[in-house]
Amino acid sequence: METLNYLLQGFAVALTPENLMFAAIGAILGTIIGALPGLGPSNGVAILIPLAFSLGLPASSALILLTSVYAGAMYGGRISSILLNIPGDEPAMMTCLDGYPMALKGKAAEALAISAIASFIGSLLATIGLVILAPILAKFALRFGPAEYFALFTLAFATLGGITGKNPIKTVVAACLGLMIATVGVDISTGNQRYTYNILELYEGVDFIIAIVGLFAISELLFFIEMHAGEGFKKMALNKLKLSMKDIIQVLPTSLRGSVLGFIAGVLPGAGASLGSFLSYTMEKKVVGKSGYFGEGDPRGVAAPEAGNNAAANGALVPMLTLGVPGSGTTAVLLAMLISLNIQPGPMLFTQNAELVWGVIAALFVGNLMLLLLNIPMIGIFVKLLSIPPKYLMPVVTLVASVGIFAISNSPLDLYFMIGFGLLGYLLRKLHIPLVPVILGMLLGPEMEKSLRHALTLSDGDWTILWSSGLSLGIWAVAIAGLMLPYLIGPILRRRMAVQAEKTHSIVD
Amino acid sequence: MSKISLVRKNTLPFLVAVTLSASAVAQSAQAFEQSRSAECIAPANPGGGWDFTCRSVGKVLTELGAISGNVQTVNMPGASGGVAFAHTVSKRANDSALFVAASTATTTRLAQGQFPGMNQDMVRWVGALGADYGVIAVAKDSPYQTLTDLMNALKNDPNSVKFGGGSATGGWDHLKVLIASRAAGLDTASLPKIKYLAYSGGGEAITQVVGGHLDGFTGDISEAQGFMESGDLKVLAVLSEERLPAPLDNIPTAREQNIDAVAPNWRGFYVPKDVSDEAYQWWVDTMDSVYSSTNWQNIMQQNGLMPFHKSGAEFDQFVRDQVQSIKEISTEIGLIK
Repeated sequence: METLNYLLQGFAVALTPENLMFAAIGAILGTIIGALPGLGPSNGVAILIPLAFSLGLPASSALILLTSVYAGAMYGGRISSILLNIPGDEPAMMTCLDGYPMALKGKAAEALAISAIASFIGSLLATIGLVILAPILAKFALRFGPAEYFALFTLAFATLGGITGKNPIKTVVAACLGLMIATVGVDISTGNQRYTYNILELYEGVDFIIAIVGLFAISELLFFIEMHAGEGFKKMALNKLKLSMKDIIQVLPTSLRGSVLGFIAGVLPGAGASLGSFLSYTMEKKVVGKSGYFGEGDPRGVAAPEAGNNAAANGALVPMLTLGVPGSGTTAVLLAMLISLNIQPGPMLFTQNAELVWGVIAALFVGNLMLLLLNIPMIGIFVKLLSIPPKYLMPVVTLVASVGIFAISNSPLDLYFMIGFGLLGYLLRKLHIPLVPVILGMLLGPEMEKSLRHALTLSDGDWTILWSSGLSLGIWAVAIAGLMLPYLIGPILRRRMAVQAEKTHSIVD
Repeated sequence: MSKISLVRKNTLPFLVAVTLSASAVAQSAQAFEQSRSAECIAPANPGGGWDFTCRSVGKVLTELGAISGNVQTVNMPGASGGVAFAHTVSKRANDSALFVAASTATTTRLAQGQFPGMNQDMVRWVGALGADYGVIAVAKDSPYQTLTDLMNALKNDPNSVKFGGGSATGGWDHLKVLIASRAAGLDTASLPKIKYLAYSGGGEAITQVVGGHLDGFTGDISEAQGFMESGDLKVLAVLSEERLPAPLDNIPTAREQNIDAVAPNWRGFYVPKDVSDEAYQWWVDTMDSVYSSTNWQNIMQQNGLMPFHKSGAEFDQFVRDQVQSIKEISTEIGLIK
């Protein structure tokens, strides 16, 4: 009952005219960002953070704007998956498998509508899950001391590559790079400077937001220049939507199963939305069995991954809000934003900033409804946006990013850093080294170091404190499992994915 | 305040009002003409304490008519104020329309030599317009009922009470524990043995105290207030000269418990070194009138700033004393040599 009360208060915050406006802006921008290949949820949110700062938004409005972008991107990713067979962002990868074949059969509008409904169900159920689970977990999270946090951060790193990660070594390289960058600046446990060479600008370390914008947005610009991809995608005509109640009912059980699986995958730190959509799709195929025609345009093959990735996206907010440990790249960016606003995520957030948290949760419900409306009747507008040539789009993105970064600190040096990170991002992508682990390394590394040193300070240097409680032992067990699983079942799963992808392509060709 | 802005429409009452109500400002204003607009550097990102100090004082300066144009806040983060300090020293040394937000974090870093090659004599200290006072707190079910209990435990075994706070080791939050312990009579050899865990924010440290992983929280009253009201935290002492205004007047000071420790985290300003004495005096007088205005008193109340005002020579001396005492205590714990 108490929770319900808080939630009602949250709706009072979310339903104020300006917050409704920010949710709507966020939903629209998010859908566009998600739909455009190359711009994903983490950089979309990162680019908008400086903007939220320079507008001087109050914490709740800023967070509502950014979580709406996040939710919107999860919807938007499917559009280019279905129409172009190019995932708009990583979590939308699995949607290509049946979405594009549906579009080839002249059922693009149906695929978009079904996936929007599945996304809606996924988001809705996961937000309800968040409402139920988060306050319980927040109370429980008080039991997390330095040793437990250290185990938890290790778990986040262990599951970073995800089960689908192609090359674990490259993931490790990326994470180490992030860890190294994070050591620059004052070491708070001793008060000493590390790698600052008496350059004052380095004393507070490398700004996380600058690194994200550089790594993602600027490197994308460099790729664009390299490819001279001046033309947009060809204009696409959508067929007239013919969706009966029966079609919707047919995908309901699929969406429900996908939502539950996706939510669980999201709650686990480090795993994230891509895993959510992958698991949902794979399981749906198993459940439906021979009667399905997956890979050839089965509507259930569109509904499952979309319900899964939207549910996972909201699920990833659970560890971020209750423990301060992000479950994905985007939640890491949101966490950085919260910290910049002097709001400490963690167990006490729900008692100390109740209005803010519940306002944002209520905004998730509101935003989700807006997104459903945006993504079925108004889908044509977003499809048109896809045909905007990148030669107009990329300069705008770069401009917004640069102005935003400069507006935070008025420091030209920050712009140089941003460009430097852009070059680094370009290089890494050329080497097929993933970027998200760099970001998570930068954000989680210092926290992990801090908890280790705190634990050892408390125990006077006795290492056994790290596994002395049942809770930490449990987390260690999951971490070890997370580390081993990719080697045990990863190759099998990847082989299946490859087979799937080939099948799709053979239809295409 | 509205007096001045109202009477500006006709000249004669304006002169009368200025000479009557703000004679100090009028005298120096004759000698020194402040430019139409001013600039306040907040040495941090938007949203922090310094940013707030700049923006709210800038607003009051315009409302009072002290600055006829606008007061622009420029964010210059880096090295916890070091970048802004260096900028003021090297590039703006005689800019009389510039003022820079500072706090105890600034003096702490100056004392510990963390702005390389710079010291407190390279700028002129104008004044402080309020403070956030230090507190020592414990969880609600803690065995310690008073600061004296806690200090006695430390005297028996400096290792026995583990503190957490929102600043780096050697930072202001850490120093508060040491200042209190020293005032309670702990010997120099014991001070470095007191365990302090550095967190990136006060809230994070409080969470660990409430969860029972740490014994004590050291921080500012603004950080502890919400947790105190929700009943999670028991504040043993506030490190102020007198009790804080209601509703915080039920917290005993350390002094009442015979521990002479005062630790204000003041909010104030410095101006560049080479501005004329008249310009410096203009800033001192103007900050005095800001502090006494109802506009500023309202801002203080709304934002939990506590009474604390020093300006001019008195503030300059205060800054020197604070730097000196931080230097001493930092040397004692081996943080600086």
